[in-house]
Amino acid sequence: MRSLLRFITCGSVDDGKSTLIGHMLYDAKLLFADQEKALELDSKLGSRGGEIDYSLLLDGLLAEREQGITIDVAYRYFTTDHRSFIVADTPGHEEYTRNMAVGASFADLAIILVDATKGVITQTKRHARICALMGVKNLVLAVNKMDLINFNEVRFTKIKNDFLQLIEEFRLESVQAIPVSATNGDNITRKSENTPWYDGLALLPYLEVVDIGHEQKQNEFLMPVQRVSRPNHTFRGFQGQIEAGVVAVGDEITTLPSYEKAKVKSILVTDREVQSASAGQPVTIQLHREVDVSRGCVLTTDQNIAVADLFTAQILWMDDTELEVGKNYLIKVGTKIIPSTIVAIHHKVDINTGQHLVTDKITKNELATCDIALSEKIVFDSFDRNEALGNFILIDRITNMTAACGVIKEAVLDEKNVIWQQTDVTREVRAEQKGQKPLTLWFTGLSGSGKSTLANEVEKRLLSFGYHTMLLDGDNVRLGLNKDLGFDEIGRIENIRRIAEVAKLMNDAGLITLTSFISPFEQERRKAQQIVGESYIEIYISTPLEVCEKRDVKGLYQKARAQEIADFTGISSPYEKPTNPHIEIDTSNISLEEATDYIVKEVLKALA
Amino acid sequence: MKELTHLDQLEAEAIYIIREVAAECENPVMLYSIGKDSSVMLHLAMKAFYPEKPPFPFMHIDTTWKFKEMIEFRDRRANELGIEMIVHSNEEGLEQNINPFDHGSAYTDIMKTQALKDGLNKYGFTAAFGGGRRDEEKSRAKERIFSFRNKNHAWDPKNQRPEMWKQFNTKIHKGESMRVFPISNWTEKDIWQYIRRENIDIVPLYFAKERPVVYREGNYVMVDDERMRLEPNEEILMKEVRFRTLGCYPLTGGVESKAVTLDEIIEETLGAVTSERTTRVIDQEAVGSMERRKREGYF
Repeated sequence: MRSLLRFITCGSVDDGKSTLIGHMLYDAKLLFADQEKALELDSKLGSRGGEIDYSLLLDGLLAEREQGITIDVAYRYFTTDHRSFIVADTPGHEEYTRNMAVGASFADLAIILVDATKGVITQTKRHARICALMGVKNLVLAVNKMDLINFNEVRFTKIKNDFLQLIEEFRLESVQAIPVSATNGDNITRKSENTPWYDGLALLPYLEVVDIGHEQKQNEFLMPVQRVSRPNHTFRGFQGQIEAGVVAVGDEITTLPSYEKAKVKSILVTDREVQSASAGQPVTIQLHREVDVSRGCVLTTDQNIAVADLFTAQILWMDDTELEVGKNYLIKVGTKIIPSTIVAIHHKVDINTGQHLVTDKITKNELATCDIALSEKIVFDSFDRNEALGNFILIDRITNMTAACGVIKEAVLDEKNVIWQQTDVTREVRAEQKGQKPLTLWFTGLSGSGKSTLANEVEKRLLSFGYHTMLLDGDNVRLGLNKDLGFDEIGRIENIRRIAEVAKLMNDAGLITLTSFISPFEQERRKAQQIVGESYIEIYISTPLEVCEKRDVKGLYQKARAQEIADFTGISSPYEKPTNPHIEIDTSNISLEEATDYIVKEVLKALA
Repeated sequence: MKELTHLDQLEAEAIYIIREVAAECENPVMLYSIGKDSSVMLHLAMKAFYPEKPPFPFMHIDTTWKFKEMIEFRDRRANELGIEMIVHSNEEGLEQNINPFDHGSAYTDIMKTQALKDGLNKYGFTAAFGGGRRDEEKSRAKERIFSFRNKNHAWDPKNQRPEMWKQFNTKIHKGESMRVFPISNWTEKDIWQYIRRENIDIVPLYFAKERPVVYREGNYVMVDDERMRLEPNEEILMKEVRFRTLGCYPLTGGVESKAVTLDEIIEETLGAVTSERTTRVIDQEAVGSMERRKREGYF
């Protein structure tokens, strides 16, 4: 049976890419008769004196280009006696880099076209770089238009060497340079008499035999779990595609990230029960005992796979909006999807020259090396070692667009790594990870005004909207952190200072803090505002004293009137009304729900 | 390690895609048109989850003008396989008696496209598998495997999500959906070879049999029931015919054939693709090159 080769062609229209593919299909008799005839007829109508213009085969593409959709990859299919081929036609222009990457990500091999009259140019380097980034390990350099340089071997060798030097930095499995003339058909399907000095195969015969993917990077068994199948209580199978190695019934495997060991009880390749299965096959594996495995976990015999929450990666930014350090994206690695944050950009890579540039701004179609932090430890590997566990996409959480793709270089395992220094993980980074703006909602008002009840309700409401909050009140502060403080003036000032400092720390952690304290003095509140900074939102619960005293939930007013409590705010100690609170509400005549609605509405404005 | 054949690789790719949808999409459905591509897709779904049944329902958009044999086949297969088969028709269109004889392209729009959108909306499906292939037509050649659709089910070819490796982005907002094409990379030849390899059950209409037909615009159109309208000069003939594609019977042309086994059909169909095209170019040389290609083992 034949195997399948997926390849991509890179080069601008001028390089003769369309002509090359067209001529290959024509010469190899891979066209339907009508296509062939139409081609000959079309060519006669053209301006080339009746000679066949093979690029017309890709004419459909050109027509589509006028409608503006050929910026994208198109796939075509053909079969010879030896192999089935899928070729992705990709745009070569820099502005469509991401679309070329789409094609390259699926290819085993890339044909990079160079015009013999021009040699290796900037664009050649860009194409090679994108192919290398996306994991294309086999390259063919097609030096085209050899007829225009009289099939000059010296010139060909010079171009070949320039190219080999250019791709030196990439890890490749095979590279073949072929001198061709796409227009005349030299070395397309048959060895050309014009290049007696060339001892390799012509292009199509080469594609038919080139060995793909046999240089196994690692032979240990590895399968990311796509889903767990439980049709009944006796069957629990882990479904996925084997990405590397071989597995057999009776083998002991490790589950990651739970690090449990279990033996393989049975293997199904689709609906067939087998004794062993190997890379590329879709399987359902049962283990001999219960393990903690779900989608996103990995079954393997490899002991060297990382389970970590931080890695360095090379990414291709694809979104119209530019990369934001600290912004939260969903990342898909293997079969796992979790929140992640780009915590630092090391440098940008000039896509043409490979030069490293220090920057904090990455825009569409740019390559960058950066550090990505994950919300939990997951299983991954370097792309070089393991393609399936080493590539990923980032998804914008608001637009759902695929914002970037990337490949993992290495895990950052050392907690003391520079990345975790205060300069890198900032308040903004933490807040972005939670997708919110940290605020301190400072509730102030008389005892019994409804502060605590409202703070509680507001917190519940914010939580239900997905915000991350923390409530500080007398109960959790006075009984713990401030247990050592008395109720005298010094104690009260220190109490408020500490609360403000804690609120600020909570804000730094990315949280929305709600504080509920009488905080009667304007000077203390200003001090708190100073500590907390811009995030400070003062919410004055302006319920009048008469109402509060009438409510007297805890019987404190009664005690204060009876002079059993000294310095009671509103009775024996003043409450200085806030002069300019952000939000003010009197709860005398409205329900708890109405009051909560109002405050939440105002808070959401501040959060927007 | 043995190398997978190209059919094995295509099968593995399709199964991976089908499982991803089951794992990630909230409420998927597999569209089932009863044709050969759908039969392959259904077969792949059965294999993908074995011994479990596919964890999603199937849906057939029924114009009510399908061949009787198609409907029988659909119901029989659903029953044999124990899968849930939703049949959805545009009731409004039926009430208005929208039919292929009087309404032309409006018929297709109302009874197929509109019916499909309504069906997807009715059940709130967030992802729908389709049997489309990239070798079928130019626009399909450009479409992603996971093809995002907005609230109106519309495709925006200029703004497709990049699709890398096997990392499919299935995220959508409420009301939006995904069309998913697991057999995108299969060619017609792959489909037939896979049907043979896997011995997949297909509608008997693909096999030659004596059937009542009328000759209309170069094709044999089957008189499948009494609703068929005959032109004044048409008469019903009994001819040994088979169908290469299946759809609404008044709109589907059959060809004369003697192919009654899968091998014969494959031989004839694969040959027919070329000869059908060749007949458009009335030229001996082209026919000759066709023969040469056959000799060289193209098919």
